[in-house]
Formats: sequence, C-alpha cells, structure tokens
Amino acid sequence: MKVELERVEEAAKELYVRALKRLPPDIQAGFERLARSETDEGARRVLGTMIANIRVAEQTDTLLCQDTGIPIYHVRIGRGVEVDGPGLREAIRRGCARATREYALRSSIVHPITRVNEQTSCGPGVPVIDFDFSEAEEVLEIEMIPKGSGSENNSWLRMALPADGVDAIRTFVIDCVLEAGGKTCPPTVVGVGVGGSADLCLRLAKRAATRALGTRSADAEGARLEEELTRAVNLLGIGPQGLGGDSTAFAVHVEVAATHITMNPVAVNMQCHSARRARATIRADGIEYGA
Amino acid sequence: MFAPPVSEEEARRLRTGDTVSLEGTLYGIRDATLIHLFDRGRGTRFDLAGSAVIHTAPNVRRVKKSARHPVGYAPVCVGTTTSERMERFTRPLMARYGVRLIVGKGGLREDSAAAFQELGGAYLAIVGGAAALETTWVEAIEDVDLDDLHPESLWKFRVKGFGPLLVAMDSHGASLYAEVQARARARRAAALQALGVRGAPRTVR
Repeated sequence: MKVELERVEEAAKELYVRALKRLPPDIQAGFERLARSETDEGARRVLGTMIANIRVAEQTDTLLCQDTGIPIYHVRIGRGVEVDGPGLREAIRRGCARATREYALRSSIVHPITRVNEQTSCGPGVPVIDFDFSEAEEVLEIEMIPKGSGSENNSWLRMALPADGVDAIRTFVIDCVLEAGGKTCPPTVVGVGVGGSADLCLRLAKRAATRALGTRSADAEGARLEEELTRAVNLLGIGPQGLGGDSTAFAVHVEVAATHITMNPVAVNMQCHSARRARATIRADGIEYGA
Repeated sequence: MFAPPVSEEEARRLRTGDTVSLEGTLYGIRDATLIHLFDRGRGTRFDLAGSAVIHTAPNVRRVKKSARHPVGYAPVCVGTTTSERMERFTRPLMARYGVRLIVGKGGLREDSAAAFQELGGAYLAIVGGAAALETTWVEAIEDVDLDDLHPESLWKFRVKGFGPLLVAMDSHGASLYAEVQARARARRAAALQALGVRGAPRTVR
C-alpha cells in the first residue's frame, strides 16, 4: 500500500477533534464502575458531574475539556506499507494546525523560552510524533492523544538504586500520587514506567498512562505490580478532584523494559479523567476511526 | 447565589462545604495574565473590586461583533485549569485589585488560605475537566483585555447559574484540600504496608 499524504493530513485533523469530543468506551465504562463502588457522597456527586459532562459534550458537540493539550500522534507502520517519511511528518503537522484553525481550538502550545503562541497547536518538536512498526499487513495506524497539562505537570523520574529493589518503585508511586493530590484531575490513570534508560522509562510511563483501561501489562511481573498498586493508591482517600473519596485512580498501569545492572529507574506519568484518545486505521480502501 | 461585586462580609459568610452559584460577571485569568499583571507591571482597565475570577483560558471563535458578542468572541469551550500554579498571585489579586472569590480546580496552598483569612475571600471548587457542562453556564464574552496574551487574556464573561461550586477554602482558615491531604498522608503507611513495604523513606518532596 502506498500511503497518500492528503489522507494522513485529513486523519490527523479529524483525530484531534474526535479525541477532544468523545471519551473512549473503556474510560466511560471506568466511570460507571467507579460511580457504583464509590462510598463517599461528595465524591459520588463529583463523579456524577463528570459523567454528565460526557453526555453534554455529545449532545452539544463541544469539547469535553477546555485543555486541548499537547498534541501527541503515535504512528504505527505495518508490513508492506510504502510512505514518504518526512512527508508523513509534515502531513500530520498540517492536519494538527488545520484542526486548530478550522474548529477554533485553543492553541495551547508556546515556545518554551519566548512563550510566543503561534496559534496553530504546533511549534518546534510539537506535535509530538512517535513512529513505530506493527505486524499488520497494509495498514497505517495513527493514535492521537491530546495530553492535558494538569496531569502532564505531574510527571516524575527517579533513578533508584538496585539495592532499593521493587520497594523503591512501590514507595515512589505512592508518594507521587500523594504529591499530585487533586492537581491531576483525579480519578486518574497512573502510568508507571519501570526499567529502561531515563528517557525510555518516562516513555514507558506515558504509554502506561494512555493504555486502554482493562488491558494488562504484557510483562507478568509488571501485571502483578499494577494490580497491587491499583489497590494501594485507592487506599489513600484523595478521591475525585482531590476532595476526598475512594476513587483516586481508575487504575495503575505498569510498562516494563530491561535496564542496566547498576540501574533501577522508575517514572510516573498520569492521565486525567478526561483520558482522551482517538485512533485512525488507514487502509488502501479508506480511513476507519475508533478509540 | 452570588452576583458580584461581593462585599467582604458576604465573602466571610461562606464556609467550606457550602454550595454556591454565580450570576452576572466572572473574570477569566491565567498564568500569563497574572505574570503580566504582577511581574511585568501591566494594568487592566477592568475594575475587579469585589469580583469573582476563574482560572481559565477558553476556546473561543472570532465572530462578527453584535449585541450577543460585544467584542466579537463567541465561547466554544470554557473550562477550568489547575489553580496551584497560580498560588503566589492570590494575595496580590486580593490586595491590589480587591478580588474576593477565586473559582478553580485542585485547590490552592497555605499562602492563599492565609490571604483568604486576612483579606476576606474564598476558593470555589468547580469540577475540572467538565468544561462542556461549564460552557452551558456562560452566556457571553462581554469584554476582553490584554488580548495580546490570547488565549491567556483577561476575559470578562457573563454567566448564569454558574455552578454548583463547592466552597473548598474559606476565610476562617479551613481548606478541604489540606484536610484531604493530611488524611491521605496519614494513610501512606497503611498503603505501603498493603504493598509489603516497610520503613520506606519519603521519595517525593
């Protein structure tokens, strides 16, 4: 399959708007689950407002949250796909800028030193575009994540010592959730990266934070860790919006990579309750959108 | 229900746990707005005495000026941002401009609590991330100042039934956030014990 760049640009534009307006089904189901299990009356009211907001966004065709986020595009190139590399990147940037202009989205992106906003949601290195490969035949997949800053501002990396063991990881996650409190717009998905290099560890944490609810870590030890951490962080009582309650996190997700013999890296990146993402699957016969 | 301007006495009557809604004028402020007002010596033509402000930077559409859109901006999505980044601006906002109520999410810290207590003000918690719903409470963008900072301009919204908002910090030193944080930190040991961790030093802050 030879990928037409106009199609990629169209998908990049559509994905940004779709992600901002509709929460993925797994997050909606997560809300229903928390609303059933929450025992604090105030917290139930807060969750009720969040659920009502999902309906209002649908009915009024409005954005779920004002924060248009840092636009992130994950591109997965399947087998037998022919595409112009630099052209692909440019097409995504154009789509992102067009979404901003055509749908009157707030451009939340500024130059980090001058703080100048180009009003395009783009700038040096942004949108964040990651490329990876998949086994799927003749398919180009693009996942779009508008990552809100309330949660992104609560990101941590700790290069712990091998002698501190897994307990350093467990303790760090609990302390990060405590430190984040209500600032991350809980209930959150707490993403934990374990292992790798410093930068890989943070990327694992982001991947974990943006993974669909109900999915498990591919690593058996990571899967065990995410189960026990999910229970533990929800003992803290921070609750929705940091105003108290049982529902501090939908889940803790853990992603794992091998690391160096001298290293024990752990990173935490969180996703807020407006856990938005959208996916486009581009095949020879057209584009299919989903979560 | 509150229709700003709000007097000191009215602000001091609020207690944490109360629920209020706003009617009339609500000003939108944000990081850049505050940085320019307080660190870069700029001013505003708006009179913020007794006002309610909200931590926001909205999504807006440029439209033709009309009675409905007096400055040519229509609200697309108006939501609320995390307040804590703007902690150091609470006191000057109150002392220099007479702001009484701050609408935000996630809470403010000790210096803001002290400013509410000394100067007479309160923090009203909105549900963050529920911006589609919040937008239905905004009738119009009546005016805008410092628009070179767009979208972090100083916005003047006209709101109707803006709420329910929860009084989460009051002028008597109470803060629901501080209470929840203290309880959560007291539960740290139990959470670590559930994970089989013993005697772990604090790793953040």
